[in-house]
Amino acid sequence: METLTFVIVGHIDHGKSTLIGRLLYDTNSLSGDKIDEIKKTSKDLGRQTEFAYLLDHLEEERQQGITIETTQVFFNTDKRKYVIIDAPGHVEFVKNMITGASHAEAAVLIIDAKEGVKQQTKRHAYILSLLGIKQVITLINKLDLTGYEQKVFDSLVEEISIFFKTIGLSCSYFIPCSALSGENIVQKGQKAVFYQGPSFLEALDSLESRPKLSSAELIFPVQDVYKNNDKRIIAGRLESGKLCQGQHIKIMPHEQVTSITAIEKFPGNIACAQPGESIGITTADSVFSDRGDIICAKDSRLQFQNVFSANIIWLSKRNFLKDEKLTIKCSTQSTPCKISRIIKKIDSSTLEVIKEDAQDLKNLEVATVEIQTKKPIAIKNFDDIQELGRFVLVRDENTCAGGIVTSL
Amino acid sequence: MDHLSSLENQSIFIIREAYAQFRNVAMLWSIGKDSTTLMWLIRKAFFGHIPFPVMHIDTNHKFKEIYEFRDKYAKQWNLNLIVAKNQQALDRGVCPEKGKLQCCTELKTNALKQAIDKYKFRALYLAIRRDEHGIRAKERVFSPRDEDFEWDYKNQPPELWDQYKTQSKEDEHLRVHPLLGWREIDVWEYILRENIPMVTLYFAKKGRRFRSIGCECCCNPVDSEADTIEKIVDELKTTKVAERSGRAQDKESAYMMQKLRSLGYM
Repeated sequence: METLTFVIVGHIDHGKSTLIGRLLYDTNSLSGDKIDEIKKTSKDLGRQTEFAYLLDHLEEERQQGITIETTQVFFNTDKRKYVIIDAPGHVEFVKNMITGASHAEAAVLIIDAKEGVKQQTKRHAYILSLLGIKQVITLINKLDLTGYEQKVFDSLVEEISIFFKTIGLSCSYFIPCSALSGENIVQKGQKAVFYQGPSFLEALDSLESRPKLSSAELIFPVQDVYKNNDKRIIAGRLESGKLCQGQHIKIMPHEQVTSITAIEKFPGNIACAQPGESIGITTADSVFSDRGDIICAKDSRLQFQNVFSANIIWLSKRNFLKDEKLTIKCSTQSTPCKISRIIKKIDSSTLEVIKEDAQDLKNLEVATVEIQTKKPIAIKNFDDIQELGRFVLVRDENTCAGGIVTSL
Repeated sequence: MDHLSSLENQSIFIIREAYAQFRNVAMLWSIGKDSTTLMWLIRKAFFGHIPFPVMHIDTNHKFKEIYEFRDKYAKQWNLNLIVAKNQQALDRGVCPEKGKLQCCTELKTNALKQAIDKYKFRALYLAIRRDEHGIRAKERVFSPRDEDFEWDYKNQPPELWDQYKTQSKEDEHLRVHPLLGWREIDVWEYILRENIPMVTLYFAKKGRRFRSIGCECCCNPVDSEADTIEKIVDELKTTKVAERSGRAQDKESAYMMQKLRSLGYM
C-alpha cells in the first residue's frame, strides 16, 4: 500500500490542529486511551473537549492553545496510508513549519472564513511554492460561523487564487468546511448547499504519491566509504537512474572511470538498484573516492560549478551580513561558500520587494541570491533532480537558510 | 518501492549520515522490539557488522527474559556490548516504590549521563518513534542535547529535507532517531518480513502479552491472544488500545513524559 505525506499549514488559530483531530476521529484512528486523555485534560483546563490536544502535547502548547513544534501523525483510508504533518501557525515558529513542510508531498492550506487571508496564510503559501510543493488543497474553514454563505467562500477563493497566481502555486481544490463539526471533512456535508465538489478526504485520495522523477540520469552521491575485510565499499543512496552490476561509471569531480564489481547489500548482493535504495558498491579498479563525490554514467555531462542563483529563506534571528562565511550542504556535498550578491529580497508575507542589491538578510526574509562556492559542486534544476536542486546554508554549525536552485 | 522498503532505505540513509559525521557513536539497546529492529537496520547499513558499541542501560529491574535475550544475541551477533548502570543510585536503594519520576531519572537518565561522560560518545542512536507518544512526535531526526543533557524543545534547529544537524560546540551529544517515522505496525510487519528474533514477552501467554517492555515493575501486559508475529500484526490492525497503555511513566501525570524527556530521558 502506498503512503502520502502531507502538511497542514495556515495562520494561527485557523484550525489546523482541530482539522487533524477531526480527521483522526472520523476515520476511527484514535485509541480509547487517547480519547480519554484528551477529555480529561480538556476538563482539567476547564474547556470543552479539544481535539487540538491530540497533537499539541507540550504543556505550553495546551495551556496557551497554540502549536509550537511540528508533529507527525498517521491514519489510513481504503486507498492508502497517510502521514499528516502538523505545522505551527505562529510567526515565531516558522522554522518548525518549514521543517515539517520540507518533508511533505502535498499541502493543505487552511483559511478561517471569518478572519480571512492573514499574514501567515500568505507566508506559508509562499514557503510552499519556495519548497517546490506541487499539490495543494485549500480549505475555507469555520464556515459554520458565517452561516455557510456562498459569497464569503467565493470571495476568499478569489482573493487567495490571485495570490497563488502571483507566487506560481497551483491549487487543485478549494473546499468549504467546518473542522469542528466535520462538515465536508470525511463525509460530504449538507450545509454548504452551493458546493458540489469532493469532501476533503476524497480530494486527498485523488492526489498522487511522490511524483515520478522526470530525469532518468544516474546520480549516486557518495555518502561514506567503509573498509570491510579488505573490501572498500562506497556507500550511498541512489537518487535517480538505475545502477547495475558490471555497469561503467564515472566518479566526479575527479572523472575516474571504472565499472561496478558488485552492488553490496546485507545479507545478499543485488544485480540492480532502483532510486531511493541505500546500497554500497565495489569497483573493478582501485579508485579514490570520498563523501561528496557524485557517481554518474560514464558519458555523463554533469556540470560542476561554483556560481549559481537561488531563492533562499533566511532562518536565523541573527541577521546575515554580506561577505559572512557560510557552508553549503547539497545532497552529501559540503563546501564553504558566500552569498556574493543579494539580487533582491522580499517580505515573505506581503511579497513586497524590500530591497534590490541588499547588504543583509533578516529572519524570514526571502531573497534571490547569487552563491559562490569554494569547491565546484554538482547542482541541477530542482524539477530535474530534487536532491541536487535544493540545499541548506550553515553558519557556525547551525542551519540558517534553505534554498532552491533557480538558474545554473 | 513498497512501504517497508522505503522505511528501511530511509533509516539506513540516516544511520550512515550520523556515522559519516561522528565515528565515536553508540546505539542504545533496550532489547525491546524497536531497538532490536534498529540494530537489524544498523547491521544492514554497515554490511553485517556494527562498527561501534551497543549500550544497554540496565536498571536491575528488567525482566529475566530481557537479560537472557541480551546475552544470547550479544554473543551470536558479536556485539561490542556495554552494560551501563547507575550503581551509586542502586546502592542508595533508589527504586520505583520511592517515586517513579526519581527512579527513571536516576536509573535511566543519570545512568546514561554517566556512560556518556565515561565513553565520550558524540552521538547516540535511539529507536524512538513518533507514534509512540505525543512528546516523541515533536522530535527531530538529529536532536541536540546540551551540556546539562536538556532537550530544548521550544527552540529546535530547523531540519530541512535530508539535511541533518551538524554538531556545534554547545551540544553535549546528538540523539539520532532513524526509526522516528515508523509506526508500531510497520515495526512488526518488518520483523515478520525479516524474521528478526524477539523477546518472548511480546507473545501472548494465557491471554495476555506485553505491547511495550521495560522494567518489570512498571510494565503491565494487555489482554491478547496474539502468540505469533502474524497474529500481532493482525491485532494491531484493529486494536484501539494504545501501545504504551501498560507503561507507568506515561500515566503519572499528563506531562510526566515531557518532564522526563526534557531532562534527557530516552
